Amino acid sequence: MKLLVALLCGILFGLGLAVSQMINPAKVIGFLNVIGNWDPSLAFVMGGALTVMTIARIYILRRPAPLLESQFYLPEKRTLDRRLIIGAILFGIGWGTAGFCPGPALASIGIGGEKVLIFVVSMLVGTLLFNHFFHPKKYCCDY
Amino acid sequence: MTSFTPYSALLGGSLIGLSAALLLLLKGRIAGITGIMDGLLPPYGSDALWRIIFLIGMVLGVLLFKQAGGNVSEIAIEASNITLIFAGLLVGFGANLGSGCTSGHGICGIALASKRSIVATLVFMFSAFATVFVTQHLF
Repeated sequence: MKLLVALLCGILFGLGLAVSQMINPAKVIGFLNVIGNWDPSLAFVMGGALTVMTIARIYILRRPAPLLESQFYLPEKRTLDRRLIIGAILFGIGWGTAGFCPGPALASIGIGGEKVLIFVVSMLVGTLLFNHFFHPKKYCCDY
Repeated sequence: MTSFTPYSALLGGSLIGLSAALLLLLKGRIAGITGIMDGLLPPYGSDALWRIIFLIGMVLGVLLFKQAGGNVSEIAIEASNITLIFAGLLVGFGANLGSGCTSGHGICGIALASKRSIVATLVFMFSAFATVFVTQHLF
């Protein structure tokens, strides 16, 4: 049941990425290219997702626990640090360069061909490099 | 050049929000793909399986969309292979160092009113705007 939920949520997420065209890097770069021929669509994707999620979480987090698990796994860190800022800067450079972030890149594996695969493998190598130089991530409580 | 598509953007965004809401309601988890992606790499703890299955679902979701007649033919990856490797390394390393990406910080974290996520999203948005300015207008 828990795994079925994971599968269903994954399918919905993938459908959302496809419907909104976020799996198209040209669409993402069209949004990031503010002073060019700007395509504001991505702001509407975030707006739609944020509206649904913000309303939902107000009700969900009133519960003592989720329906299928004994606790919520929420990030515990509250303070800003250098890692967060530097990480976000590096991520933004990569995202702007290719037009891919992790979700759309992984979701496009089934349709994307060689270029998507090259990006995904590089992204996993980047993750391995991080795990090598810093502490390996704890599974719990990360975004 | 892509055209503005507000309705499909809102609909797709709402589906992503619904997915994130269901994952939180049922499993108590954050739909942040950077964290979920870690399920693909060792060490494989007890939590790796649901992450891998979520990712399989994500791939299936896109294939379903295509099967249902959705248009995926316009997808254009203009970057060269070397550029993709450079960008992929930065995205993988940076998203982990910054504890999240567009989905985890940009959607879930902001919806949870996390200060870290709001700051991270502003920073990576600005960084990406600046990067595209440089790559599209200066070179």
